[in-house]
Formats: sequence, structure tokens, C-alpha cells
Amino acid sequence: MIALRQLLFAVLFLHAGFSLALIETYEFSSPELEARYQMLSEELRCPKCQNQTIEDSNAPIAQDLRKLLHQQLEQGASDEEVLEYMVARYGEFVRYRPRFGGTTMLLWMAPVLLLLAGVGVLMLTLRRPSGVSHKKPTELSAEEQARLDALLAQDETGKNS
Amino acid sequence: MGSRLKLFIPLLLFAILALFLFRGLGLDPAEMPSALIDQPLPEFSLPELGGASNLSRADVIGQVGLLNVWATWCVACRVEHPYLLELAGQGVPIFGLNYKDDDRGASEWLVELGNPYELNIVDREGTLGLDLGVYGAPETYLLDAQGVIRFRHVGIVDQNVWATILQPLYQSLQAEMPVQ
Repeated sequence: MIALRQLLFAVLFLHAGFSLALIETYEFSSPELEARYQMLSEELRCPKCQNQTIEDSNAPIAQDLRKLLHQQLEQGASDEEVLEYMVARYGEFVRYRPRFGGTTMLLWMAPVLLLLAGVGVLMLTLRRPSGVSHKKPTELSAEEQARLDALLAQDETGKNS
Repeated sequence: MGSRLKLFIPLLLFAILALFLFRGLGLDPAEMPSALIDQPLPEFSLPELGGASNLSRADVIGQVGLLNVWATWCVACRVEHPYLLELAGQGVPIFGLNYKDDDRGASEWLVELGNPYELNIVDREGTLGLDLGVYGAPETYLLDAQGVIRFRHVGIVDQNVWATILQPLYQSLQAEMPVQ
């Protein structure tokens, strides 16, 4: 039992050791640069593992891009310059918030278009039942009227007795 | 009767959705067009594998050819290798970009498995790889005679990829070349 517990601990701690080893730390000359590094590394997408930011990913390419990002920020590049540099090499794909225009137009417009389509469908469906309710109620035929009168009269007599 | 037909609208919408989803099944999200299509191959100055002098852009352009990104740590490259040998045998110029690799291992690999490359650029730090937008290996770039990148294939080049994608482009680029 104790051996098992020790084994479990060993597994847990070894694992933790490995994952720590994969995260590199960068020294920044100012806290402002570090904040921008955080912001940009969460905006840039790892080209290899497509649903992770370069911040999240341990793919070699993500490590390289983090290193490059650090270098460029330390060299005084603006956010715009860094993004420009990355996009020139990896395409708009590398940004989680791609620039508006060209191929990304549809992507940006999609929410608005879908919302408008939804409103359109809603208005159509809401208008339809109201059209029905405004129709004149159909007249009772003579036979139906006679039956109704008979029923009402029956009800009256039932109440009086 | 019209309102009856309207009941089929959800079915129609579903059919359209299914069509898109079905199309999606056949798409590979890893197949991204390179940002460098129709851009000149970036300038570089990197050592040659097994050579003494540095290579530059001028050493790999001048003819229609392939630039193949490979490394000994890349398992798929080993799978791809025999087909590259075959292409080289057919006279297709292939330039190697040995990407983030160890020189000795790479040289041994070429001795052991055969060398399909005209020459090999050593990109130990991945700097040229970064300028090219490489995100893994193998990747293969098709260069025209002016050194402009015309196509990028991500993944293994095999008989199928060559015959259906690369060869038609390669041949049309060769036809573009002025006769000297």
C-alpha cells in the first residue's frame, strides 16, 4: 500500500517536473513590455496546433514564435509591427482577430448577417398568425343556429327548475 | 397548400447544412496556403551541409525546382524520402532545407538513405524556416526560375501528390521558362 502511494507521488511529481521544464521564462526590461508580451502571445495563433494560442502551445513552432516575440518587443517593435511581421510569414491565420477585408470579410460580417436573417425569420413568423386572427368569424348556418338556441333554452330551463 | 410546403423549409435548411458539413469532411485544416505564394524566396546566408562556404538565395534559384524542408527528427520525412530519390532520378531539381537539425545526423541520414538533394541549406535555428512560414516538416515549396514561390505543399510528397498537384504546376512553370 505504501509502495503504491509512493509510486503515485513519484508519478505526480515527475509529471510536474516535465511540464515545468517545457515552459521557458523570459526576462523583460519593463513590466509594460511583459504586459504587451502577454497580450500578443494570447492573440497569436499557433500555426501547427490550430486551436491554441502560441501562449498555450508547446509545439516547437510556438516556442520559436514566443522567442521571436520576446526579441522583437525588446528591440522596441510596436504591436502593429510584430503582428505585421507574423502575418507576412504565416498569413492572417496566425491572428485570432484577423484584419477586416478581403477573405476575412465574410468571417467578420457573418454574425451581423445571421442576426439580420434571424430577425427576418422572426418577423415573418410573427406576422402570419396575426393575419389569421383578423379573419371574420364565419357565420353559423341556420341549422347550427337552431341547435345553439335549443341548447341555450335547455340550459335556461335546467337552471330555473 | 402553400403552408404545407413551408413545413419542408427545415428539411431544406438541414440539407444545405449537410452539404457544407459533407464538404468539410474532405477538407484538411492543416492545408493552409502559404502567405508567401507569389513572393520571392527570402534572402538568406546559411551554411551548406557538408560544405565550407555559406549558401545564399542565388544558389537555389535559376531553374524550376523544389525546396524540401526536412529533418532527421521528422518521421514523415523518412517516409517521403524514397519518393524524393525517385523524383531526383527523373531529373527534378530538389534543394534541401535541413530544418533545426543536427549536422552529423543529417549527413549520416543522406549517406544511409541516399541523397536526392542538389545541396542542403543548414537552418539550425530555423531562421529561414521562420521567414518562409514553415511550421513543421516535411514541407515542399515549388520555386520558379526567378526564385518566386509558386506553391507550398504541407506534408509528404508522394506519387499521388506529385502527379495530381505538383507535376502539372512544375511542367507549366517549365514551359514559362524562356528558351536559352
